[in-house]
Amino acid sequence: MSRPSRTLPALPGIVSLAVFVVIVRAVLSIPPTGQGLATQVSQAADSIGFKNRVTAVLLDFRGYDTLLEVAVLMLATVTVLSLREEPCVLRRPISRRATAVLATLNKGLVPLAVIAAVHLVWIGASQPGGAFQAGAVLGAASILLALSGFARPRWVGRGAMRATLAVGVLTFLAISLLAIYAGGDLLQYPDGARKTLILVIELLLTLSIGVSLAILFLSSASAEDGVDR
Amino acid sequence: MSPAIIYSIAGAALFAVGAYGLLVRQHLLHKVIASNFLGSGVFLVLIGLGRRSDGPSSDPVPQAMVLTGIVVTVALTALALALIKRYYSATGLTTMEPPEPEEGAR
Amino acid sequence: MSAVFDLLLAGLLVWIAIVSLSEVKLFKSVVMFIVFGLFLAIVWVRLGAPDVALAEAALGAGVTGALMLDAVGHIRRRRTPYPTKLPAAEPGDV
Repeated sequence: MSRPSRTLPALPGIVSLAVFVVIVRAVLSIPPTGQGLATQVSQAADSIGFKNRVTAVLLDFRGYDTLLEVAVLMLATVTVLSLREEPCVLRRPISRRATAVLATLNKGLVPLAVIAAVHLVWIGASQPGGAFQAGAVLGAASILLALSGFARPRWVGRGAMRATLAVGVLTFLAISLLAIYAGGDLLQYPDGARKTLILVIELLLTLSIGVSLAILFLSSASAEDGVDR
Repeated sequence: MSPAIIYSIAGAALFAVGAYGLLVRQHLLHKVIASNFLGSGVFLVLIGLGRRSDGPSSDPVPQAMVLTGIVVTVALTALALALIKRYYSATGLTTMEPPEPEEGAR
Repeated sequence: MSAVFDLLLAGLLVWIAIVSLSEVKLFKSVVMFIVFGLFLAIVWVRLGAPDVALAEAALGAGVTGALMLDAVGHIRRRRTPYPTKLPAAEPGDV
């Protein structure tokens, strides 16, 4: 009940050590060479025209995982939104203290971040990049704007924000259901439209993920000193 | 020793360190940090084992799984931190221990 | 040579995790956690997973780190109604 003593408890240590030994033995028991699924994925990804194998796996071969993943992200965001302490106040606007420097910084960085996000989505088919990395860049840009006092997070909780939050998952879900309607299975994109559909999904997912991350940070941003409740 | 084995064993060690921290540390924020280390250990084992052969490309399937895992980890960490902050605002506590043992608020 | 680099990097990762979890002050723990995320991004590049490296640097180190720093600030800023029993919650000790 009191603070933990300086002598560390032994039983958790023994348990953790046992887990370590078990995992190491499991790792060493696996044959030291092996391709895994690399060859199969390479062939399949080439046949649908994706140079970046990870993007092909994420949005096509195992699209189901990704669909559920963005649903988890959206659910967590909605929960954090409903946990926030009213009102959502950020720290005092820094704009009064260092307006010129921050304005210049924002003017340079935020457009650059938007360009970088679009670029990351666009090259995601052939090079490292994709919706999640791009969404993180977008989210970081909006957090930067809000923290430096240039955008008050009044939009948190508004209708437009909720729509943006949901649009990625809903589009993903709609397209995957349309695939059933078109005669395939869930998430089986029609061959001719595959790249276009994936690009549409990725762009909208980027928006949703960016808004999600911004909300996760801003809606829980602590109130300033002295305005506690 | 190939990189696959080195990093897989490091992943196992991270898992153990994270599990130990999760069990031993009392502060809730430390528990969140520990569970993040634990998750990173799992990711290291997964991607490490996907890189067993020395070819130019490693297995993309575990990479996609880990990418998914990272996003889910961030979402759950944010949720846990929001809960901790509300808990702290409501009770002034940063651990799961009740303030007085006889209150028995387990 | 590259095996030495791998061993050093792997050992460094585990060491950072141990330091972060054995630290009493929350702020230092969180900073070590962010450092850990950045080193982990290097490991992903070493293992031929640049997509994961990008996500780790942006999400794992960046967003999670910012969220944790905010939580530390929240706990430090509000004076508790009654003192908690862990030293980490005392003023100036976070």
